[in-house]
Amino acid sequence: MLREIRPAIVFIVALTLITGVAYPFAITGIAQMIFPYKAQGSLLERDGKIVGSALIGQEFASEGYFHGRPSATTAPDPNDATKTVPVPYNAANSGGSNLGPASKALIERVQGEIEKRKQENPWAQVPADLVTTSGSGLDPDISPEAALFQIPRVAKARNLPESQVRQLVAEHTSDRFAGLLGEPRVNVLELNLALDRMAAR
Amino acid sequence: MTIIGWIQILLYCAVVAALVKPLGGYMTRVFNGERTFLSPVLRPVEAALYWAGGVDKTREQHWLSYTIAMLFFHAGGFLILYALMRTQALLPLNPAEQLAVAEDLSFNTAVSFITNTNWQNYGGESTMSYLVQMAGLTHQNFLSAATGIVLAIALIRGFTRASARTIGNFWVDMTRCTLYILLPICIPYALFLVWQGIPQTLGPYVEATTLEGAKQTIAVGPVASQVAIKMLGTNGGGFFNANAAHPFENPTALSNFVQMISIFAIGAALTNVFGRMVGNERQGWAILAAMGVLFMAGVAACYAAEAAGTPLLDALGVTGGNMEGKEVRFGIVGSALFAVITTAASCGAVNAMHDSFTALGGMIPLINMQLGEIIVGGVGAGLYGMLLFVIVAIFVAGLMVGRTPEYVGKKIEAKEVKMAMLAILVLPLMYLGWTAVAAVVPSAVAAAGNQGPHGFTEMLYLYTSSTANNGSAFAGISANTMFYNLTGAVAMFVGRFFMIIPAMAIAGSLAAKKTVPASGGTLPTTGSLFVGLVVGVIVIIGGLTFFPALSLGPIVEHLAMLAGTTF
Repeated sequence: MLREIRPAIVFIVALTLITGVAYPFAITGIAQMIFPYKAQGSLLERDGKIVGSALIGQEFASEGYFHGRPSATTAPDPNDATKTVPVPYNAANSGGSNLGPASKALIERVQGEIEKRKQENPWAQVPADLVTTSGSGLDPDISPEAALFQIPRVAKARNLPESQVRQLVAEHTSDRFAGLLGEPRVNVLELNLALDRMAAR
Repeated sequence: MTIIGWIQILLYCAVVAALVKPLGGYMTRVFNGERTFLSPVLRPVEAALYWAGGVDKTREQHWLSYTIAMLFFHAGGFLILYALMRTQALLPLNPAEQLAVAEDLSFNTAVSFITNTNWQNYGGESTMSYLVQMAGLTHQNFLSAATGIVLAIALIRGFTRASARTIGNFWVDMTRCTLYILLPICIPYALFLVWQGIPQTLGPYVEATTLEGAKQTIAVGPVASQVAIKMLGTNGGGFFNANAAHPFENPTALSNFVQMISIFAIGAALTNVFGRMVGNERQGWAILAAMGVLFMAGVAACYAAEAAGTPLLDALGVTGGNMEGKEVRFGIVGSALFAVITTAASCGAVNAMHDSFTALGGMIPLINMQLGEIIVGGVGAGLYGMLLFVIVAIFVAGLMVGRTPEYVGKKIEAKEVKMAMLAILVLPLMYLGWTAVAAVVPSAVAAAGNQGPHGFTEMLYLYTSSTANNGSAFAGISANTMFYNLTGAVAMFVGRFFMIIPAMAIAGSLAAKKTVPASGGTLPTTGSLFVGLVVGVIVIIGGLTFFPALSLGPIVEHLAMLAGTTF
């Protein structure tokens, strides 16, 4: 039995070095060399300043931007560290609402979101993704329907013809991978950056 | 449900099935010590390790020494991981300045990672330094996975050897598994994941100024290298709190598809390794078929439930399925399929929040784990778990016809059946027992994130996931408390090692027996009759054990919801 102690120590140390140090460092080195943009988090810059990541959603509240999905992320309460407060799109603490299907809190929250959305576009049906929180709280995408739903509000706030905004949404809609995997989607941050660029022209 | 949804599911099954034979063949060669295309590079590394450890690679071990070597190895891994978490504030590679992890949380996490559970009572990006994520957690992802695989190989050797005292050498199997199988797949896989958008950097968290002028801190890190092994080794411990729902852990529909494949790849291929080693590949396919039947039933039920949505949201005019807790890029089918796969295997990564699934949709992951994760299962653990059920099934068949049962040339006798039943019964003892305890401890009940039956399901899910070494969660429960940290750790420990030790005892006992040639009275174990028998035994044992608990949780919740009740 004691004969197994020496290999136990040697193999723990050696395999820690191989799989826990050499492997992640090697991958980091290679990735930084061949995919530097992705390896650093797909960061988007404007005027030399980082405005976010193409893969991470952010909070949009103003009328002139497309809005992402509601987010359930939180942060520690600055007044009481044992509690948390809602901080939507907190990219340093991802997570979902974890409310069950028969939860009163869930139904009330969704109802509130629907009423808010109905005000901007009373005629269309509110898409499901626009009133539900994502698993990560950082979903960068909305469905094409959720983008179309917001076109009247955005166009009005920006004094643009709806057709022009619709064109922009179409350009930023990605299809399923190979027409097969996943769902069609619109990246909200990239769409809003394009909106700002269009306004600047 | 949509046609394109079902096409994705069938495409998934086809790709996994296509990988079974080539990967199974390669793994068989590795564990038989034959030459592979990597041998010229890896043989010297292997030899150096054996030399340093004083291991004679030709000297095989008795099942008891093999198990003891494994336990020593885990004790060492536990100590390193625990020490790293407690001292991370003093160590390098901590740009986010994380503080030392609390004692009970470190204990729970260290047990969680050495047992291949990867239950997380912490949020990765807000708790762990890069050093802990790499040298502690990534490292254990490799080693706990390799352990599962080599134990399955040892059990297979028990079936294939006649009148033998030994079942292989733990150190040799472990080294070969890590160097020849896990690392060579993970290196290109991790780079693929970076290409899809997963970060791999040692730099600090990024400070961004959003378009509306707010500050956003974006957590990054050496993510891709950890995600690759977390999926391939069915570990499931995420770099981030939201696990594979986080866009940095699973950025695209393609990364999602490949991650799902990698969860099943090794576990499915091990059935082929079993077939090859016992000398008839059809024995392996029969086991995979039994797994496949149970898998497809789970996928169909979960997908249907999620696509149908909930009556309460329907009433508000929200249609198109249950999108709460799901990501747009995966949609309903990509999330439901992932949930079934991750719990059929003992992965436990999640790309959608299971807590927000519909009552019946969320029950499927629970059932998958309660069946013992034998539907492909954790790498290695799934196969030895399934073989335990096979032993029971063969025993039941033997009772029916009044003959001593045999399986792949070995007589199955009292000792094997007792050991198999011990392993199978210890699981419900843990998850039902601890859930019952938690249900009467007021502070444990208060930790549930939802009221009513859903809160009960959160507790049941916690102990089921811990015992089954899955690690996925109904994450609304605030389980980072002394009570859950300690009881959860006990469930994980017992669920892992009280399954392994009886399985190894069976391996030793079978290896010592003579091989009996098949005769006219032998039950053929390659046909549909056998597959049906195994599936039947699994469903009956499972159903009898956990149906009462399920009826207190998801089933009553579903009925209440249909009646319009909220909690």
